Amino acid sequence: MLVSIYRYNPETDDKPVMQDIDIEVPSGKDLMVLDVLALAKEKDPTVAYRRSCREGVCGSDGMNINGSNGLACITPLSDVVMPGQKLILRPLPGLPVIRDLVVDMSIFYKQFEKVKPYLLNDDPPPGIERLQTPEDRAKLDGLYECILCACCNTSCPSFWWNPDKFIGPAGLLQAYRFLADSRDTASTERLEALKDPFSVFRCRGIMNCVAVCPKGLNPTRAIGHIRSMLISQGA
Amino acid sequence: MDYVCACYRSCGGAAMVNRAINFRHSGLFDWIIQRFSAVVLAAYTIFILGNFLLHADMDFHAWKSIFDSIFTRVFSIITLIALCAHAWIGMWTVTTDYITSVQFGENATVLRFVFQFFVFLIVTGYLIWGVQIFWGS
Repeated sequence: MLVSIYRYNPETDDKPVMQDIDIEVPSGKDLMVLDVLALAKEKDPTVAYRRSCREGVCGSDGMNINGSNGLACITPLSDVVMPGQKLILRPLPGLPVIRDLVVDMSIFYKQFEKVKPYLLNDDPPPGIERLQTPEDRAKLDGLYECILCACCNTSCPSFWWNPDKFIGPAGLLQAYRFLADSRDTASTERLEALKDPFSVFRCRGIMNCVAVCPKGLNPTRAIGHIRSMLISQGA
Repeated sequence: MDYVCACYRSCGGAAMVNRAINFRHSGLFDWIIQRFSAVVLAAYTIFILGNFLLHADMDFHAWKSIFDSIFTRVFSIITLIALCAHAWIGMWTVTTDYITSVQFGENATVLRFVFQFFVFLIVTGYLIWGVQIFWGS
């Protein structure tokens, strides 16, 4: 099968090119895209990509697979190409390319950092731990599972247009994760930091983030909850 | 209270200019105004269409009598203000999406301000002209 891979080294190349590599896919097996990449790398060892856990936990191998963002390690070939079709791999859109499929995620982490993704609580800590009812704990389900692969942010046009101002789906999911946490006491400050026209309100609700999230999370819903909290606070 | 102050500030042209250059104003305020003005515009559209349905043989005199009523004039001016607010916030948002340093490099800020200035002139012009039309005769 033909695998078309985005090749670009900003230090030596004038512009990116798509390189076709013909590989032998073992019959009777539905390989993951990451396995196909490994086979392609055997043919051309200069192909660069990130990978680590190979089971959808570390979020290292986020890339654009036949036009849609996803994790190469948990995306079966049968999900993205029909038999006889070409597999097209590009880096995550909207981030600077370091080399081939490896992107510079600094701006993504900077936006994540802005939401203070950690518990803020000025109350004296109790002897053992800050307790939470099972109901309050359940509110965090669907929020804490994000692995920061950046598939969502880099499929969002608002993030492409204003990557320095719009926090993006991943960061906002985490912002709501701490707004919803019964142990966090900084909701007012957190909301105050989000009420400008860009941080939250650039979300147009097109739900690309929901469509591509490899963990099945719903950042759009979390953003809706943040908006509701902002309205409640502003009223 | 902050919300009321924000509403008050937004009524003046100077505030509009200030909002064009200030990225830290309330996005919540813009978001609510966009939705509120959309409801006003929808209600006015239904009102006008309803008038057409009620006056099947609409002629100039019937049309004039509709706009002679104080209710229609006030409703029209409120709608005009809603339209101008909707257009301004919408265009501000569009320009800050599409005319950024990502697309236009370091010239983006100047380009955006020039474009927003013309949008401001057009919106203000339509507002003054519209009030003259609805209240002038």
